[in-house]
Amino acid sequence: MADAYVVGVDMIKFGRFPEKSVPQLGAEAALLALDDCGLTVKDMQALYCGNLNQASGMVGQRLLQEIGQTGIPVVNVSNACATGATAFREAWMSVKADVYDIVLAVGVEQMGKGLLGGGGGSKGISKEGLLGSGTMPSVFAEAGLEHTRNHGTTFEQFAKVSVKNHHHSTMNAKAMYQIETPLEVVMNAEMISYPNTKLMCSVNVDGSAAAVIASEQKARELGLMDRAIKVRASVLTSDPWQERDLVMPDVNSCTRMASKAAYEMAGVGPEDLDLVELHDCFATAEILHYENLGLCEEGEAGRLIDDGDVELGGRVPVNVSGGLLSKGHPLGATGIANIYEVSTHLRGEAGRRQVEDAKIGLTHVIGLGSACGIHILEKAA
Amino acid sequence: MSDGPLPVVSYLKMPEGGEPYLEGHRCDVCGAVFLGERRHCSKCGARDSMSTFQLSNRGTLYSYSIVHRSFPGIDVPYISAIVDLEGGGTIKGNLIGIEADPEKISFGMPVEVVFDDALGRKDADGNSYLSYFFKPA
Ligand SMILES: [Zn+2]
Repeated sequence: MADAYVVGVDMIKFGRFPEKSVPQLGAEAALLALDDCGLTVKDMQALYCGNLNQASGMVGQRLLQEIGQTGIPVVNVSNACATGATAFREAWMSVKADVYDIVLAVGVEQMGKGLLGGGGGSKGISKEGLLGSGTMPSVFAEAGLEHTRNHGTTFEQFAKVSVKNHHHSTMNAKAMYQIETPLEVVMNAEMISYPNTKLMCSVNVDGSAAAVIASEQKARELGLMDRAIKVRASVLTSDPWQERDLVMPDVNSCTRMASKAAYEMAGVGPEDLDLVELHDCFATAEILHYENLGLCEEGEAGRLIDDGDVELGGRVPVNVSGGLLSKGHPLGATGIANIYEVSTHLRGEAGRRQVEDAKIGLTHVIGLGSACGIHILEKAA
Repeated sequence: MSDGPLPVVSYLKMPEGGEPYLEGHRCDVCGAVFLGERRHCSKCGARDSMSTFQLSNRGTLYSYSIVHRSFPGIDVPYISAIVDLEGGGTIKGNLIGIEADPEKISFGMPVEVVFDDALGRKDADGNSYLSYFFKPA
């Protein structure tokens, strides 16, 4: 099968836009991505639209009602925090399968403030604070302390992830925040669920991102190969059975399965990656994924953050966009926003935060429930 | 409204005249343990392979978090604990009877499952509930 390429990709600056509708937010990113490759909605043969909070609301069709109702097939996608990556992957598959040769993928979300998870069922009484906690900060705190249990990872090492990602975001105008947060500020911020303080939790924001995906032939025909990004691997997994997964969502196994499959598909290894955008929904999660993605040996994740290997300028910079922790985490948009980030580096267009000579990058998202999406991207030869 | 308290989860059993206990389901084919009613095994795919058994009241702390921010009306801080039970099964609940301080909590510490009123919580019909908690053993 011929390769498929990202020929246009962009995102809006993440923020809070209560005055806008979800389709309007999605339309903004769609138009930016189309502008990025000089095309219009009339050139698109299908739309894959990812959104979570209005999953039954035909967001993709309403998006086309904003920018052009051309009658193309629309697929609305919902897959927890892997929603955007899943929409992108469905779009990629349609091109790989030679059903279409140029399609649009959009991820969009409008979020409220506050804690996610822990709502519980409607029957009986609330179990929150009675049978432990189901909030996301707690779930990821428990996953982080499992790493502490196994490898001695410290609160300070978890906190350093936030210092790094907030620092990176000061170089990204599209991030929700651009604020330095020194270690003592992160560690002394309001404790939400130990070991995650407020500054170690991702930011709930509104946002959207979009990508135009084309076959190689189409990209050449349109003269778009100069800035094209080759999709070397696209993988989606769900959670395999684990003995504790009834009470402890397992973010590790499905990431490990996905990364192994993605490296095989791409014919590269973690040592070939120039940058990684991974799912730092909480600072504790980023530490786990260093090992899950093979960026270091088992138990070495704490050392990796201590040694600065994952900072801009380090061996394998992670989340130079600022990550979910500072750029923000509009659930359905996140999986395409990280494809925008890696593509921008591979194109050499990332400005102050540019990873020098970036040739290959990896994006990773995970949604509880669970779904993990990984893409490996490379600048077209 | 029911005469006595109701079980907080379906796998908390309250036999008449007996002590409450937690019930597990174990796959006869592969031994995987589950909580709550089910017929088929999601580990090995075996059909109609489940037998019920009484989960142990003893276990060890596997992981935890200390919850400082929760929803309105929930007392904080508290310890959300994940406990591996002797003989199989992992359950989640509040760890009580110990300070909510990471210095005081150790991985692998033995705990006991105890049953008590669900912190005074009542449902819309005024029913009270029996819940379970962990205490250092
Ligand atoms: Zn089985």
